[in-house]
Amino acid sequence: MAKRVGMEVGIAAAEAVGLCNIDVAAVYPITPQSHIAEHLSNIVADGRINAEFITVESEHSSISSLCGASATGARTYTATSSQGLMFMHELLPIVSAMRLPIVMGIANRAVSGPLSIWNDHSDIMPQRDSGWITMFAENGQEVVDMTIQSFKIAEHKDVMLPASVNIDGFQLTHMVEPIEFPTQKEVNKFLPDRKPFATLHPDKPITMGAFAMPDRFAEVMKAKDVAIVNSKKIILEVWKEWEKQFGRSYNPVETYKAKDADVLLVTMGSMGETAEIAIDELQKKGVSVGLVKIRLWRPFPTEELKAAVKGAKVLAVTDRAVSFGGVSGPVGMEVKSLFYHEKDRPLITNYIMGLGGRDVTVEDFIKMAEKAVEAEKKGITEEYEFYGVRG
Amino acid sequence: MNIVENFDLFAPRLVDKKEYFTSGHRSCQGCGEALAVRLMCKALGEDVVISCATGCMEIVSSMYPATAWEVPWIHVAFENAAAVGAGVEAGLKALRRKGRIPDRYIKSVAMAGDGGTADIGLQALSGAMERGHDMLFVCFDNEAYMNTGMQRSSQTPFGASATTSPAGKVSYGQKTWKKNVPEIMVAHNIPYVATACPSYPLDFMRKVEKAKNIKGPTYIHCLSVCPTGWRSASNTTIKVGRLAVETGIFPLYEVENGKYRITVDMPEPLRPVEDYLKLQGRFRHLKSVEIEMMQERVDLEHRKLMNKVNNLQSWEELEEEGAILEVWESVLAGSEGYIE
Repeated sequence: MAKRVGMEVGIAAAEAVGLCNIDVAAVYPITPQSHIAEHLSNIVADGRINAEFITVESEHSSISSLCGASATGARTYTATSSQGLMFMHELLPIVSAMRLPIVMGIANRAVSGPLSIWNDHSDIMPQRDSGWITMFAENGQEVVDMTIQSFKIAEHKDVMLPASVNIDGFQLTHMVEPIEFPTQKEVNKFLPDRKPFATLHPDKPITMGAFAMPDRFAEVMKAKDVAIVNSKKIILEVWKEWEKQFGRSYNPVETYKAKDADVLLVTMGSMGETAEIAIDELQKKGVSVGLVKIRLWRPFPTEELKAAVKGAKVLAVTDRAVSFGGVSGPVGMEVKSLFYHEKDRPLITNYIMGLGGRDVTVEDFIKMAEKAVEAEKKGITEEYEFYGVRG
Repeated sequence: MNIVENFDLFAPRLVDKKEYFTSGHRSCQGCGEALAVRLMCKALGEDVVISCATGCMEIVSSMYPATAWEVPWIHVAFENAAAVGAGVEAGLKALRRKGRIPDRYIKSVAMAGDGGTADIGLQALSGAMERGHDMLFVCFDNEAYMNTGMQRSSQTPFGASATTSPAGKVSYGQKTWKKNVPEIMVAHNIPYVATACPSYPLDFMRKVEKAKNIKGPTYIHCLSVCPTGWRSASNTTIKVGRLAVETGIFPLYEVENGKYRITVDMPEPLRPVEDYLKLQGRFRHLKSVEIEMMQERVDLEHRKLMNKVNNLQSWEELEEEGAILEVWESVLAGSEGYIE
C-alpha cells in the first residue's frame, strides 16, 4: 500500500491532475479561489508535467481556450468555483454538445448576492442541465481518485463528454487530510494518452461547432442526453477497474448503516461524513435511521438510488442550494420526481441547509432525522424547510 | 493602384487557385466579408486552424450538415474567438512538443466580426494578445451587428442609421465615432497590426501572409462592405470599399514593430467624404451640417495618422537610440513559437 501523506485537499487535487499527463490547463483566479490553480502552475513551472498553462483573463476565456485546446486533441483541465463557474455557464452546454472531454474541478461555493465566498452548492446547481458528468467528492481521497477517473471516463470513446469533480469549498478544499497517492506508473497504466475521435488538424480538416436548424437541433439534444445516460455504464466500468487496481470502491450511491432503516438521510458532498456520526449516535439510541450519499449527480443514478432506499418509510433529503419559488431544493425535487410512479414510495422531507458556509453539525443532522421520524407519524406539512434559518 | 486594375493579369500567378472557403455558402449578394474571408484563406494556405466567432461568417458557412470550410474550423461562441484561438495554439504546441501530432508548424487564426472583436469580444482579444500567443486575429468589420439585424456597434460610423441608432426626426443616427481597435492593438505592443479591405485584394493578402509568418500575436482589421446593412447596391461593393480608402475614412496602413506605414496611397487631397456617403442608404438622411462635421473629423483623423506615419520610429530604431523596450522583448520571449 502506498504511503499516506497529509495534504490540503485543493493541493492534492492539483497533484492528482499532475499525474494525468495533461496537455493544456487554463485557469483564472477569480475570487473565491482555491489552491488548485496556483499549485498546478507550480507543477508546470517545475517541469513536472509537460503542459501549456494559459493564464487567461477570465473564467469565460479559460473554458473557451480549453474548447480550442481539447478540439486539437489535447487533454485539458481547469478549476473554478462560484462566480467563475457562473461566468462559464454560457460555454458549458457548448462543451458537452461538441463532445469535448474537458475535466474541471469545482470548489463549490455560494453564488452572490450577497457576496459570500463560503461553501454551498448554489454554483453547480444552475449548471445541472449543461450535459456535464457531475460527481461529488466526500473527502480528499475521493477528490484525488475521482479527478484521475474523470479523465478516463470523459475521454472514453462511448462517452466523450466533459466531467466535473465537485469539492466542497473550504470545508473540503482547504482541509488537510490523509491521502494516498497512486504512483505515476500506476496512473499511466490506468490512464493512457487521450485517443481523440476527431481533431482540428490540416491533415484531415473538419468543421466543429456548426449551427443547426430546427430540423436537426432536437436530434443533437437527444444524442447528448443518450450519451450522458449511457455514460453511467462506462462510469461503473471505470470505477470497477479503479477498485481492481487501487482497492478503493466507488458507487453512484453509497449507503451507511442504511439496511432496514425506517428513516434515511440523503446527502451529497462532504457533509456525508458528519451525517455518519449522527447516524451512529441515533442508532445507539435505538432510532431506525441510516444514511444515503449521492456521489453521481449527472447522470442521475435512478436505479441505484431506488435500490438503496428500498423499504425506507421516510427520506430526509438535504439540499445546499435553493430553487427559488420551486417545489423543493434541487436534490429534493429530483428525488421526489423519481419516486412518483413507485407504488410503495417513501415520504420525502427536504431540508435546505448549510447555505453560504453555515455550519451543519452532528446535532443538526440528529434534529433533521428526528423531524423526519415525526413526519412519518404526522405526514408532510411543507414541501421543504430552510433548516435552522431565522426569519 | 494599377496593380488592382491589372488583377486579372497577375492573379493566376499571385494567388492560390485552391479554394479553402468554398462557394455554396449563404452570404448575401455582394458580401464584402465573404470575399475577404476567401482571400484570407488563400493567403493562409492549408496549415491553419481557424477559430470563428458567432456572426455572419459562421452562420453562412456552417449550416449542419454542410460546411464551406476546407480547412479545420471551429466555432464556439460569440465573444471568445480569441480565447478559442489561444487554446488551439496551446493545444497544437503541446501536442507537437510531445510528438502526438506531426512535427509541423500550424498557424492558429481567429476571426470575428466587429461586435465579436471590438465590443463583446474585446476582453478575450486583449487577453490573447497580451499573453503573446502565436496567433493571428482578423476582424471583419462591417460596422454593425449585421447578422442580427444591423444594430449599432462601437464600429458603426458617425451619422450611420443602424437599427438601434436610427435616424429620426430628432436624431441623425449614430452619435459616436469608430472605436480605434487597431490603435488598441498597437498599445498591446504586438509585432504587427494592419488595416485592410478586400477592395485591395493583394494588399490584404500580403498583410495576411506577413502576419502568418510572424511568430507572435498579430492583428488585421479588415473593412468589409455590407450591401444589406449599408443599403448599397450589391454590385458596388468593391467601389464602396475603395471610396472608404480614397476619402481617408478607412486608410490602409500597417504598424510593424511600432512603425506606421501607409500601404495604399490615398489621393491628395483626399476625395470628399460625400462621394463615399452618397452610395449608401445608411447615410442618406444626413444634412450638410453633419456631413461637414464628418469631413472635419476624417481630416483630423487623417492628420493624426500621417503624424504617426511621418514621425514615429520603429521600436528597433528606438532601441538603437538607447530607449528601453523591455515590454516588447518580454512579449516575444513569452511566446515559445517566436524563439523557435
